[in-house]
Amino acid sequence: MRVRGRLRTLVAGLAAGGWFPALAAAAGEKQEKLVHVADTRGLSGFNLYFADLYNTNRLLFTLETIAITIVMGATLGFVMDKLVGMIGLDLSKRDVKE
Amino acid sequence: MDFLTITLPISGVAINPLLLVLLGVAVGVLGGFFGMGGAWMVTPALNIFGFPMPFAVGTDLCHMAGKSIISTRRHAKFGNVDVKLGLIMLSFDVVGIEIGARAVMLLERFGLAGLVIRWVYVVFLALIGSLIFYDFIKKRQMDKSGGDQSKSAITWHETLHKIKIPPMVNLPMAGVQCSLWLPATVGFMVGLLAGFLGIGGGLLMMPALVYLIGCPTYVAVGTDLFTIMLAGFYGAFTYGMKGRIELLAVVIMLAGAAPGAMIGTIATKYIRGYGIRLMFGATVVCAMVSVILKQMGQGGAASWVIMTAVTLMTAIVAIGMFKGAARELRERRLSHEPR
Repeated sequence: MRVRGRLRTLVAGLAAGGWFPALAAAAGEKQEKLVHVADTRGLSGFNLYFADLYNTNRLLFTLETIAITIVMGATLGFVMDKLVGMIGLDLSKRDVKE
Repeated sequence: MDFLTITLPISGVAINPLLLVLLGVAVGVLGGFFGMGGAWMVTPALNIFGFPMPFAVGTDLCHMAGKSIISTRRHAKFGNVDVKLGLIMLSFDVVGIEIGARAVMLLERFGLAGLVIRWVYVVFLALIGSLIFYDFIKKRQMDKSGGDQSKSAITWHETLHKIKIPPMVNLPMAGVQCSLWLPATVGFMVGLLAGFLGIGGGLLMMPALVYLIGCPTYVAVGTDLFTIMLAGFYGAFTYGMKGRIELLAVVIMLAGAAPGAMIGTIATKYIRGYGIRLMFGATVVCAMVSVILKQMGQGGAASWVIMTAVTLMTAIVAIGMFKGAARELRERRLSHEPR
């Protein structure tokens, strides 16, 4: 009886000590980090500026990200239009129908 | 190629930038051609490249918005964007998305979300794919029997246009006059499904614009891209505030997406509307097969199907564009030569 009681205590101790919760957690999906911080060590220039901004001012980071995306999209669209125009394609109309 | 690997400053993901450029090119070509954001291919690809899922979604949304500026601008110059139609549909689309997302939360409480969402997704992709192939076959039969070439094979929109509940709206670019409640209801239903399925909605919006609103395929593509651009910026804002955008990856992908979007958009100049619909149908079927494989626990095979479909479609669209462009240049040279 004593041995059985000690075994029971050992199992309970292991469970409380983290074995069972660890097993249960291993069965689930890996959790994403809730708070992410950019590692600025070894960064410089553009990357350092944006990583710092990311860590310190999320709103400004978001607005600058969107602004860069808009400027890049508009500029690249304009440049591509000019390049295709230089090849000689007519980009003002379409001939094919449904 | 290890010497080319860079570490992205915010997510800390180490990646070869060439992969991002190639992904940008592929999604630019297909997005510009079919009028969709391409989240169904970019998000899993970024995840495979090592991006944590929230970063993959946020980065994709931001890149999608930038890429859509290029395609929408070009489509607008071709006269393919109906801004009024896009704005009406988008305003009801967001309401639908919110309700769809709440339905998912409800299902999640019962532990059914993943299973139900995947099978509803498969059913809808199967329906859209079958509809497009049926439409294509019927159109060919109509053409062979000498029917009106300008008429669509499926004319559900004509029946829907008979509903004259005021106010009526005139949509000049789409060439449609209908009750405001038609695009509003269609936008709401597309949003509801998109919110429920957790997808951007381009995959649903394009066929809805063609078959339910009655837009020509080109206007459906252009208008869809316009709504994707606005939705993409909203998504970029929310994910940016949550700190889940990798700006450097967005910039690199946009550099690839710019020529890609140009190729895809210009290809619509040379490929007939029904050709676009047929290729869209094939892409939808590949997406459906991929979801079924994922449901069966075959994640590797699912990614393989998507990547192969993306590569093949990109190659077909690019070849179509280059052939058309070569023909146009040849014809122009001949017309300028002295006789």
